[in-house]
Amino acid sequence: MELICPAGTPAAFRTAVDAGADAVYCGFNDETNARNFPGLNFSREEMRQALAYAHARGARVLVAINTFPRASAEAAWRRAIDDAVGYGADALILADIGLMAYTAQKYPEQRLHVSVQAAAASPAAIRFYVDAFAVRRVVLPRVLSVPEVAAIARAGLCETEVFIFGGLCVMEEGRCSLSSYCTGQSPNMNGVCSPASHVTYQEQDEFLVSRLGDFTINRFAKAEPAAYPTLCKGRFRAGTNTGYLFEDPVSLDAAALLPALREAGVSALKIEGRQRGRAYIDRVVRAFRRALTALDSGQAIPPGGLKALTEGQATTEGAYQKRWR
Amino acid sequence: MNLTLGPLLFNWEAAAWRDFYFRIADEAPIDTVVLGEIVCSKRLPFFAEHLPVVLQRLAAAGKEVLLGSLVLVTLEREQRHIAELAATSPVMVEANDVSCLAHLIGRPHAIGPFINVYNESTARFLAARGARRICLPPELPSASISAIAAAVDDVAFEVFAFGRIPLAISARCTHARLHGLSKDNCRFVCEHDADGLVLETLDAEPFLAINGVQTLSHRCANLIDELDDLDTMGIAACRLSPQRCDMVAVSKIFRDAMDHRIDPIEANATLTQVFPIAPFSNGFFHGQPGAAYREPGIRSG
Repeated sequence: MELICPAGTPAAFRTAVDAGADAVYCGFNDETNARNFPGLNFSREEMRQALAYAHARGARVLVAINTFPRASAEAAWRRAIDDAVGYGADALILADIGLMAYTAQKYPEQRLHVSVQAAAASPAAIRFYVDAFAVRRVVLPRVLSVPEVAAIARAGLCETEVFIFGGLCVMEEGRCSLSSYCTGQSPNMNGVCSPASHVTYQEQDEFLVSRLGDFTINRFAKAEPAAYPTLCKGRFRAGTNTGYLFEDPVSLDAAALLPALREAGVSALKIEGRQRGRAYIDRVVRAFRRALTALDSGQAIPPGGLKALTEGQATTEGAYQKRWR
Repeated sequence: MNLTLGPLLFNWEAAAWRDFYFRIADEAPIDTVVLGEIVCSKRLPFFAEHLPVVLQRLAAAGKEVLLGSLVLVTLEREQRHIAELAATSPVMVEANDVSCLAHLIGRPHAIGPFINVYNESTARFLAARGARRICLPPELPSASISAIAAAVDDVAFEVFAFGRIPLAISARCTHARLHGLSKDNCRFVCEHDADGLVLETLDAEPFLAINGVQTLSHRCANLIDELDDLDTMGIAACRLSPQRCDMVAVSKIFRDAMDHRIDPIEANATLTQVFPIAPFSNGFFHGQPGAAYREPGIRSG
């Protein structure tokens, strides 16, 4: 199984390669990619240099152009495709049907991956992308149990890539407008979720209140660490329930499922976190490289020691475990 | 412009479901009705026995009927269901997921608002493979709606114009979770909330509405003041999404407003009386946060 690692900066990119990534995924510093945060991502020149760095060390580069092009402005997304192909990207990670059509027609030899943002969660959906655009790999949405992942891999339509560590969307990716309902900015259109530009913190009595746009997302007592107000990880009230109604502040950690995922026939394992710094990337990539080495030699998976790096210092196996639903 | 009644998103009791559509057939000035359970496959069996008679009654009343497919398809029985729907549906199918679309390529079909059509190229690609109708995603701003509609001929474009706005779908059932249950053992607790279960912020401000695995806005989409703009853009139909209120009255208000028999201010006042439980929103259309609302009569320069 390949280890696919995130990079939001050239420094993080080099760290990921040096720490043992088989491939690094990254994007241009504009709204064409789904982690369009200020100060993050790659200029054209940085992308060229990153590709050279990776290729000199036997690693591959997957360029994510995985937002949905805005009507009347598709040229910016097509320019990103043209440039990534021109620089020698090993694969493009795409979500939009129109952009896939453009790329498959203009660059029939270019390797295409279906982004998690395309929400291809069944063999039939994957068959659509394989038939229409000859895609070579699908990044599976975080809605599937391990047996469902195995059934998709068994169908053998194309390679499968699954998330194993990092931030966890509770909602199916690519089909969520919660952020734009509050802020006008969405993952699909702008490459951002719950953007910092719309976050405010206010002291109220003994509490710190976090808001996204006009809505209160959470409230913390003085001693409590204040988590970032990602909408679906907020505290709300419904009926007699108050609390983390969609999901607790947890991260995905599927390290314990590596043997099952290999058994399932998964081709590649993906670490989330293009917004993360070098130290984080280094520790997480090295831990999973060690785990994969152990797996390949038939040894027990060593404990990753990653808990300190996770959101709320708590982890879940998410939808991989059927009872999460 | 025509009026479409979108698929009922909530879990209503089967007899109420049947009677609701009977009344639509008999009384509502609606041109097209999308039937079918699209949110949760566990609810599918409840309506199965009533579906043929409802379909027939609507068709006999002169309505065009479509069958909508599930938004999220993962389980094997869900995969079988959509394959069968695509193969055997007596009416055009509205695909709400690429899984279903895969079965419809090359045949006339409709694209629901849960397939991502954000630009001209995607709309063109789908039109060339059999899409006859496309209901655009609710979060699209007017500039995108206008550009897409202008770029593609031979497709009837539709926008989401009334009802709580579907914002997200999950593998997890929030309704079940709120009742301390899992999705597999949910006891169908969503049936108690005919308009969804309101989720409030910690300030007790109503915010979202939970409908099983789906999350909707608390506020109710209302594009009644945007009808003339939509008409100018060449939009073929407005979609009204069923809420537990007098949807015949809602459809008449929209019809009257489209035909300029009432002005938007008057239409709005009446709509508020018909569906009083949630304030309106039209922010997505205006490129604002979706929850925002611009009152009729207020024109930005």
